Amino acid sequence: MKKNWWKILTVVLLIYVLVMGLVGRVPRQPILNETVRNLYFHVTMWFGMVIFLFTSLVYAIKYLRSSNITDDDKSAEFAKTGILFGLIGYVTGALWGSATWGDPLPKDPKIISAAIAMLAYFAYLVLRGAFEDEQKRARISSTYNIFAFVIFNVLIWILPRLTDSLHPGNGGNPGFKIYDSDNVMKPVFYPAIAGWTLLGVWITTLRVRMKNLDRKVSEY
Amino acid sequence: MNNRKETFDPVYLSANYFKVLNEVKTLIWKEITLEWRQRYALNGMLLYVVSTVFVCYLSFNLQRNLLTPIVWNTLFWIILLFTAVNAIAKSFAQERYGRLLYYYTLSSPQAIIISKIIYNCLLMLALSITGFGFYVLVMGNPVGSLSMYLTSIILGSVGFASTLTLVAAIASKAENNGALMAILSFPLIIPMLLMVIKLAKNALDNLDMSANQDEILVLLAIDAIVVALSLVLFPYLWRS
Repeated sequence: MKKNWWKILTVVLLIYVLVMGLVGRVPRQPILNETVRNLYFHVTMWFGMVIFLFTSLVYAIKYLRSSNITDDDKSAEFAKTGILFGLIGYVTGALWGSATWGDPLPKDPKIISAAIAMLAYFAYLVLRGAFEDEQKRARISSTYNIFAFVIFNVLIWILPRLTDSLHPGNGGNPGFKIYDSDNVMKPVFYPAIAGWTLLGVWITTLRVRMKNLDRKVSEY
Repeated sequence: MNNRKETFDPVYLSANYFKVLNEVKTLIWKEITLEWRQRYALNGMLLYVVSTVFVCYLSFNLQRNLLTPIVWNTLFWIILLFTAVNAIAKSFAQERYGRLLYYYTLSSPQAIIISKIIYNCLLMLALSITGFGFYVLVMGNPVGSLSMYLTSIILGSVGFASTLTLVAAIASKAENNGALMAILSFPLIIPMLLMVIKLAKNALDNLDMSANQDEILVLLAIDAIVVALSLVLFPYLWRS
């Protein structure tokens, strides 16, 4: 029970976020209207994605230093969770975009860079599928993981120079703060980031445990 | 086996600076000799560029007015991208397992990756300059500042070569590495491609040098990052 306190915290946080997100008070804004609630569901997905991909990178480096196969399991599963969050972020973003920008997928540096990140990590999964030997797969895909993450960061840094962004806080747009001038969203937004991220960690730990069990079963 | 050779170790590298440099020189020379001996591969790649350009020429021939400078530029870089992926994919694939083991006993992984990168840079430069010549010949030449455009070609081919060399090393470890090479490299090459297309576009419009400085610096920075990463990561690939 002591070890599982954070799972209870996750459930509590997400119930709070869902209730407050769907019926709580939000600022009235032109164009945004009620879609502003998507802040709790869309933006948090991107936070989660970046956090998970970074964790995946950390475990990839750890694997290369230690050659411990569980580090590679964690790296792969965090990358998969990152992809899942990225895809959900895409869907919620397209919903939001069609309501406010009049186009689900406009040409926008953040959308493009997220798409490229997805491509790179899909390639990572394909690469993992190409090997039979566990250690070999781990070593080679960890290398690609590190390479992909660094290039992804370079990309995030370059793209805003090429096109303007529609997203708040980019390309001369004001940050999201101005829509939430009386700070009613922050008390829900920050717990939402924590809640969704913890949920992702929970999913990942379950999958890592499953993989470990699979390995044990196949050893017998 | 000397363990320090296997991982990235700045102390080892600086102490054996001349030794590594010598190894690099020998390895590059070996690559060039090998390439020259089996010239069909080199000729094949040159023919690949030329025939791709020719296909583009024929496809656009009916409606020449559709070929605006932007299309001209983008098409050229896409041809170069595919040429690079095809040419560099074989840089590790052609090595036999036994021969790799032989190199392993002879030289440090850093020397091998540096020599491959330098060799691929030279190869890409030759291919892209030939490709550019032929492209201009058949598709017309809307370039405003030729020297700037050549700079972008040089920076682009060096960048493509350095990024793709490590990806080729990764792909060569898998069985069917032809398809894998394209999948793995396209997402990673995009930042560089975007930057280089922008630089080339500026050269087409003959913009002032000051407008290009930013792009050139960013391209050089990406190159530096990629080469540094290759140096650090290649020893881990090498060991398997």
